[in-house]
Amino acid sequence: MSSRLPFATRRKNAERDAELAGALDRSARTRGGSLWRDAIHAFLRNKTAVAALIVLLAIVLISYVGPFLSPWGINDYDVMNMKQGPSAEHWLGTDSYGRDVFTRVMYAGRISIAIGLISMLVSVLFGAVLGVVSGYFGGWVDGVTMRIADVVLSIPSMPLMFIIAALLSAFKVPAELKVYFVIVMLSFVGWPSIARMIRGQVLSIRERMYVRAADVLGLGTGSKLFRHILPNTYPILIVEATLATANGIMNESALSFLGLGVSQPIPSWGNMISAANNLIDFQMHWWLWVTPGLAVFATVISINTIGDRLRDAFDPKQYA
Amino acid sequence: MLRYTLQRFLLMIPTLLGTSILVFALFALMPGDFFSGDTKLTQERLDQLREAYGLNKPVVERYFTWLGQLLRGDWGFSMQYNLPVSTVISNYIWNSFIVSFGAFIIAWALAIAVSVYSSRHQYSFGDRAITFVVFALMSLPSFFVGLVLIKVFALNLGVMPVGGLITTGSNYTGAAYWFDVIHHAILPMLVIVCVNFGPLTRYFRTSMLDTLGMDFIRTARAKGLSEASVVGKHALRNAMLPAITLLGFRLPALFSGAIITEQIFSWPGIGRIQFESVTTRDYALLMSITMLLACLTIVGNFIADVLYTLADPRVRITRSKEASR
Repeated sequence: MSSRLPFATRRKNAERDAELAGALDRSARTRGGSLWRDAIHAFLRNKTAVAALIVLLAIVLISYVGPFLSPWGINDYDVMNMKQGPSAEHWLGTDSYGRDVFTRVMYAGRISIAIGLISMLVSVLFGAVLGVVSGYFGGWVDGVTMRIADVVLSIPSMPLMFIIAALLSAFKVPAELKVYFVIVMLSFVGWPSIARMIRGQVLSIRERMYVRAADVLGLGTGSKLFRHILPNTYPILIVEATLATANGIMNESALSFLGLGVSQPIPSWGNMISAANNLIDFQMHWWLWVTPGLAVFATVISINTIGDRLRDAFDPKQYA
Repeated sequence: MLRYTLQRFLLMIPTLLGTSILVFALFALMPGDFFSGDTKLTQERLDQLREAYGLNKPVVERYFTWLGQLLRGDWGFSMQYNLPVSTVISNYIWNSFIVSFGAFIIAWALAIAVSVYSSRHQYSFGDRAITFVVFALMSLPSFFVGLVLIKVFALNLGVMPVGGLITTGSNYTGAAYWFDVIHHAILPMLVIVCVNFGPLTRYFRTSMLDTLGMDFIRTARAKGLSEASVVGKHALRNAMLPAITLLGFRLPALFSGAIITEQIFSWPGIGRIQFESVTTRDYALLMSITMLLACLTIVGNFIADVLYTLADPRVRITRSKEASR
């Protein structure tokens, strides 16, 4: 016997079913597969995100390939032509030693971006491992790790980096090795917040069913930690890592500006600005310091935009 | 509630101790001290001086001596300024406070106003413009902002002084003196506002958006309350609750002095003193300042915790339940 519901109800049900089917269809299209594919899809659909990505790639390309294409070296002293304005030969003019500013800005990009990236990688590695271990095991491991993280976090980052920089300068490190020490400093200041964040995530993840399932399957602790729990923190970790890179680049430029980071003759955006921070250059030869500053600005704002859009792309609330 | 507060208070102590160990260890590691920079001293004289100042004792003993002195209120002696550290600090810290406090008031007032506007007109052109400005400010290094401001306002337009606390060679007193100081403080304050405005606005805007979506706002509107009252009174108060924790973090920032800003504007504040003591290796001064900042941070965290518990009854009940378990 077929259910002879009133016509209106049947029509309403039919409409609702059609709508649901359409919604399922739509979601089947967006839910193409994994979280990653959805996230990349959502990211690439956003115009600002794509624009930021293009800008960032352009900057990286220019920084790494540019110096090869430029006719000037970064340390080609040409005192006869010093402090000239932008011209056809020197696109951004020359500095007080006659070196081509544009080439130096490009080369400095390598240094600053590399420092930002590598310090991010080190602090993420350190922070993620510590966070997972302390979140999973709890107990005294957790207590000790978080106390240490608190202690490092309680000293404001600039003064802390200062002190470490002073320590390193007291050991009279040659200029080429200073780059590595800057990376160490930035990583040391960056790991506690990542560790805390990962630990918070792990605390909620370890209660989930699939972790219990891994337990029941008899998986070893290492496997559970690093192949099941940690990968589930990747979305937030990636967002935090992106923002940490931007922070690293900004902090490096601040340190180099104060003379505690990369020192001359190795160019970094920060120390190029401080080199131009004297009475005459500052007023008359503004291209010496405005260009590196704008370079930092462009790099950091594109990284920040990418990080922000990634956060939106990973947000499961969007797929209602 | 009391038990929770007590627990948190007791937790401060190991953190403070740990920080003191870290700070002291960093300085004890440094090769050379205040005297090694002076090349005119013979080795014998160096040894005598070190003996007199107790610099040749083993590290652990020096740590406990230092800790004991700190707890008794003796902050050490600055060899660079030839004054007790507490005098040096108190001479300069209030200059930093002027700039930080002014910037704090301006930044928070602006951020609250902008976030209220932004959350009410979400996705409008104004909101998008504000979001872009916020992003831009967060991506500009503070020293670059400072340098640009100096170039534009001090050098090109000539309306602001280039740096310093007061006009050199001036002899103002009373109100004229304070006017001069404030005139000099405007650009440094502006730099700090630029740095803080971005994150603050984002935080407040998110909080306001969350609050405006809640049911009690719908009830308030249904009751017929004016929009100004709904947003300005009910929504704002609830949205500002998490901002109380931010207030606790403000405490160390008020006294720490922005090192970079003070460098650029030659502002005689505690940040510049810190920077100089690094280069002159005046470790007594540097250690005490660092310890002071760390203590302020830890105490600030604690105060933020307590304030939040006081302000939000839901948190208070949860926490006192946890504490008495």
